[in-house]
Amino acid sequence: MPIEILMPALSPTMTEGNLAKWLKNEGEAVKPGDVIAEIETDKATMEVEAVDEGKLGKILVPAGSQGVKVNQPIALLLEEGEDASALAKAATAAPKPPAPTPTPTPTAAPAPVAQQPSAAPAAAPAATAAATGERVFASPLARRMAQQAGLDLARLNGSGPHGRVVKADIDAALARGAPAAAKPTWAAVSAVAPPAFGLPAFTEQPHSMMRKVIARRLVESKREAPHFYLTLDCNIDRLLQLRQEINAKREKDKISVNDFVIKASALALKQVPAANASWTESAVRLYQAADVSVAVATPGGLITPIIRGADSKSLSTISAEMKDLAGRAREGKLKPEEYQGGTFSVSNLGMFGIREFAAVINPPQGAILAVGAGEQRPIVKDNALAIATMMSCTLSVDHRVVDGAIGAEFLAAFKKLIEDPLSMLI
Amino acid sequence: MAETSFDLIVVGGGPGGYVAAIRAAQLGMKTAVVEREHLGGICLNWGCIPTKALLRSAEVGHLLRHADAYGFSAKEVSFDLKKVVKRSRDVAGQLSRGVGHLLKKNKVTVFDGHGRLAGGGKLKVEKDGKPVADLTAKNIILATGARARSLPGLEPDGKLVWTYKEAMVPEAMPKSLLVVGSGAIGIEFASFYRDLGAEVTVVEVLDRVLPVEDEEISAFARKAFEKQGMKIMTSATVKALKKGADSVTATIEAGGKVSEVAVDRVILAVGIVGNVENLGLEGTKVKVEKTHVVIDSWGFTGEAGVYAIGDLVGPPWLAHKAMHEGVICVEKIAGVKGVHPMDTTKIPGCTYCRPQVASVGFTEKAAKAAGREVKVGRFPFIGNGKAIALGEPEGLVKTVFDAKTGELLGAHMIGAEVTELIQGYGIARTLESTEAELMHTVFPHPTLSEMMHEAVLAAYGRALHI
Repeated sequence: MPIEILMPALSPTMTEGNLAKWLKNEGEAVKPGDVIAEIETDKATMEVEAVDEGKLGKILVPAGSQGVKVNQPIALLLEEGEDASALAKAATAAPKPPAPTPTPTPTAAPAPVAQQPSAAPAAAPAATAAATGERVFASPLARRMAQQAGLDLARLNGSGPHGRVVKADIDAALARGAPAAAKPTWAAVSAVAPPAFGLPAFTEQPHSMMRKVIARRLVESKREAPHFYLTLDCNIDRLLQLRQEINAKREKDKISVNDFVIKASALALKQVPAANASWTESAVRLYQAADVSVAVATPGGLITPIIRGADSKSLSTISAEMKDLAGRAREGKLKPEEYQGGTFSVSNLGMFGIREFAAVINPPQGAILAVGAGEQRPIVKDNALAIATMMSCTLSVDHRVVDGAIGAEFLAAFKKLIEDPLSMLI
Repeated sequence: MAETSFDLIVVGGGPGGYVAAIRAAQLGMKTAVVEREHLGGICLNWGCIPTKALLRSAEVGHLLRHADAYGFSAKEVSFDLKKVVKRSRDVAGQLSRGVGHLLKKNKVTVFDGHGRLAGGGKLKVEKDGKPVADLTAKNIILATGARARSLPGLEPDGKLVWTYKEAMVPEAMPKSLLVVGSGAIGIEFASFYRDLGAEVTVVEVLDRVLPVEDEEISAFARKAFEKQGMKIMTSATVKALKKGADSVTATIEAGGKVSEVAVDRVILAVGIVGNVENLGLEGTKVKVEKTHVVIDSWGFTGEAGVYAIGDLVGPPWLAHKAMHEGVICVEKIAGVKGVHPMDTTKIPGCTYCRPQVASVGFTEKAAKAAGREVKVGRFPFIGNGKAIALGEPEGLVKTVFDAKTGELLGAHMIGAEVTELIQGYGIARTLESTEAELMHTVFPHPTLSEMMHEAVLAAYGRALHI
């Protein structure tokens, strides 16, 4: 009996994903640990590793399929000694009974990556399973040519006996310039002719999964969470000086201002635990760890990799982790546990010269700190005008969870740490 | 009063025509066949079938002469040519009657006579100049076949200079024979007469024998024929035939040199011409080019309701091609779903000389000329257990694959029984197999077919028994 490879739940909340790419072909041998496919989840491209040894017998969900439900069979793995005839039996086998999906428990350890499809909790088979998993009849030559040309066989009309896709269909498709197996990427730009009543010409970029998730979550945040905003200015002269001293001793991997901000945020959360909280329908959830989500702009959109337990990490550790996470974020290679489950967010647009701004809370978190640029401003110090490098910070707070006073208390604690950076190092 | 109105009339009862008629009847059409001479056509009466009977006799003779190699002694082996010919005619007669039964069983009406288009779906049938019937049909398929081509100065006379027809029913064994043309027909007769003991000279205008085959196969065949004592002259033309009382002196030019060859008989096998005459094509939209009717990919001639198939429409002049064309044409007329035009690169060709030759698809040269990068596999008979056991160690199986896609572009075989093997590669081509499926196929041991597997493996450097 072939082993069903199921669409893995790469995070506790994942319900569907796009099957971006198959890295193994039908008939190829597979060893445990081999990367067999890439799955585009809401925020990243994930690799799916094989758990069992065998031969990839049949790909049920072609590359480029969107909205593949978690636990839907995506391929059949033939065990040693099984041949293709076993596939027919598998096709008729009853689907697994549904089991409840576990609710996420953020206090627990980060959700493990479900790379063991057979062990993943089985959800009710999606109604679309049959449609997407249907066998495509094609000649061996047509299959190979399609694979070489990156054509999706399922999109071709077969002209052979019983609709079998044959070489002539591939030739015809290539002749008319059929697109390669469509990847759900927003790079697919299609020009749309302006309608008659005078809209300007425009192009449309189909939504990527990431864009859809950003839209859904931020609408949810703004609609559900009553935001209020607290702003104050931090003098970062001492911080900059300390940073300079530290970096003078470092050949590379210089510490950034943002690394200080992450550290200070985490320490402030520890000092004011009431600000480290989420709203749930039944209770306010107070986090024990200060896991700071840091907004990173990527070509695909915003993503927030997490520095976990940032309060207890050294600046150099935070700095190194941040570089690694940001780099992989831009490549779309973050694992879900690396960007899901933070308790508080930091968004820094200082590098763009933004003086101050208010960020939208990253649900289900209770607050987000928006950090502006450090700039020299006239200040009044000891009853006299002076020049200092100031950094404006705005805290957006979910009023359901954190009241104004708590928010202000947090922000004050943060300011104190930033303005007395040595205290962060102790 | 016989029925005169039909859904479909097929003119010509050869393999293309009678198969088209049967298929039409299966599809519920009221069908008639008009045949002027004999059901089964040339193939069955004067071609494929009777020659196979003759060649079988030659093969038996060959085995008897080599009986010692198998542990038998056969002394004073002789043959009675009349019996050999009679057997061939009996086989043809049996099968021709069989076609008649098949048509009857399928309720196809057969008219004995010559059919001629009379315009507007009408067809006149005449026998010996007298009208037999005036028929009408919604659709008419012309399947009148072809006949031997004769060249100026090389006209057959039926006595000293033969076509296939006389060559098939010799009254006496010629001691020496000149075969003009080394295509399938010429080579089969050359092989037959050589095995019966005649001195055989083959003259071919092109630079190799069996010129439609892969070059390697041609070269292999030539060597085998020469080893048997055949004289082969390529890039040679017969300039003149001087007839004596019971012999012919041929003037042959080869490479600028002119020589004379004296033989008892000459067989002309220099191609065929379509039977396009007296079909009433004048004034219709049916076009004739180089003695063949021009058709589209479904057999349609351009004249409403008039189609053509088989040898009449051009090469390859093969019965199985005609049959398949007949089916395609009828199914297209009937509107059957999923009908596909003929793909000539999927038509196998077989020549029943000794050693046999069979092929399908592209030759290595043609594949390269078509811009394909190829992988070529070869496997010799000498490496095959069954071939050795049969005492047939002479032969070669060659495969040509597209190096990029693994498509089996062509397969070429020479040796014992290869005509029975080639369909395996034919199926592979029709199913669009790549090397992978062929490699995964289990070939029975011990059989000659194992060489087909090995030739596939060889193309990818994986042959096991060489």
